[in-house]
Amino acid sequence: MSESSTAAERAPVTQADLFFGFLKVGVSGFGGVMPFARRMLVDERAWLTEREFTEVLSLSQFLPGPNIINVSIIVGNRFRGPLGAAIASLGLMLMPFLIVLALAALYARFATLEAVRGATAAVSSAATGLIIAMGLKMGQPLSGTVWQIVIAALAFVALALLRVPLLWALLILVPLSVALAWRTRR
Amino acid sequence: MADSPVIPQVLIELAEQFGALSFLAIGGVNALIPEIHRRVVDVYQWMSNAEFAQAFAISQASPGPNMLIVSVIGWKVYGFLGALVATLAICAPSSVLTFAVAHVWDRFRDAPLRAAIQRGLAPVTVGLVLASGYVLARAADETVAAYSVTLATALLALITRVHPLLFLGVAAALGAVGVV
Repeated sequence: MSESSTAAERAPVTQADLFFGFLKVGVSGFGGVMPFARRMLVDERAWLTEREFTEVLSLSQFLPGPNIINVSIIVGNRFRGPLGAAIASLGLMLMPFLIVLALAALYARFATLEAVRGATAAVSSAATGLIIAMGLKMGQPLSGTVWQIVIAALAFVALALLRVPLLWALLILVPLSVALAWRTRR
Repeated sequence: MADSPVIPQVLIELAEQFGALSFLAIGGVNALIPEIHRRVVDVYQWMSNAEFAQAFAISQASPGPNMLIVSVIGWKVYGFLGALVATLAICAPSSVLTFAVAHVWDRFRDAPLRAAIQRGLAPVTVGLVLASGYVLARAADETVAAYSVTLATALLALITRVHPLLFLGVAAALGAVGVV
C-alpha cells in the first residue's frame, strides 16, 4: 500500500489523464500495444518507474485475460480507485473497438471485390507469420532448459494437433510445469 | 434461463463462451486463438474456417490490443450488440480478478512460489502461441503462395527489426494485385 501512495503523490493523475493517456495507447500500435503503454506510463507521463512498470506487467501476464487490459486496470486503480480502473480500460478499448468494427463493416461491403479479398487473405497470411515469429522469440529464453521445451512442445501438440480443450490442457500442463519449476528453483 | 425471452440466445452464448475464455487466457489472447477457433468454428459453427481467418486479418489491420478478433467474431455473430457483448465478456471477468488480486500481489513479491509459477507458465504460453500460429496457418493459408507469405514473414520478423505493420502493408499490396 505504501508504494501505491508514493506513486500517487508523485503527480496528481486525474480521471481525464487516465482516459486520454490510455486512449492514445489504444490507437498507437498494431497487433499489441504493450510497448506504447510502457512509453506512455514510464517515459512520457512518468506515472510509473521502470521497476514499477515491470512489476505491473509481470502481474498482468501472470493473471488471465488480455494483458494490456490488466495493466490499465491496475494503473487506473492505483491512481483513482475502481472508477479509475474502469475509465482507463474504457479509454484503452474505445477507439480500437470502433475502428475494428468499421473495418469489419467495410470488409463486409467490399468483400465482393477481388482486390479486397486478395489483400485480406494476404494480410492474414502475413499476420500468421508474425504470430509464429512472436512464439519463437518468446521461446528463445527457454532453449537452455529441456523440461521447458518439452512442456512447450506438449502444449503445442495438445492444442494444435490433438485439438484438446484448453481447460484440460491447462489443468494438466500448468501444475506439471510449475512443479518442475519448483523442483529446479535456484 | 428460459425466463429471459428478450435476450437472444446467441448473445447469452457469446457472453458465456468468451466469459469462460477470459479466465483461460493466460499469456494473453494470442495464446487463446486455438481455443477460440475450436469453440467458434468447430463447436458452435458461428463462422467458417475462412471467415475466422478474415476476422483475424481484420483485427490485425486495426490498431489496438490483439484481442480485437473477439470483437469481430461478436460482430459477425450478432452485429454491434454481439461485438459489445463478446468484448465485455472477454475483458470483464479477468479484469475483476485483476482488480481483486492487485491489492494482495505486492505482499508476495519475493515468494519463491510466485517465481516458480511464473517460470512454469512461460513454456506453456510459448506452446500455446505457436499452436495459434499453426491453427491460423491452417485457416488462412490454402495455396503454396499463401504459405510462402506466412513463412517469409515469420523468418524476416525473426531476423530483422522491421516494423510489423510493414509486413502487413506489403502483403496487402501483393494480395490486392493478385500476386499471392
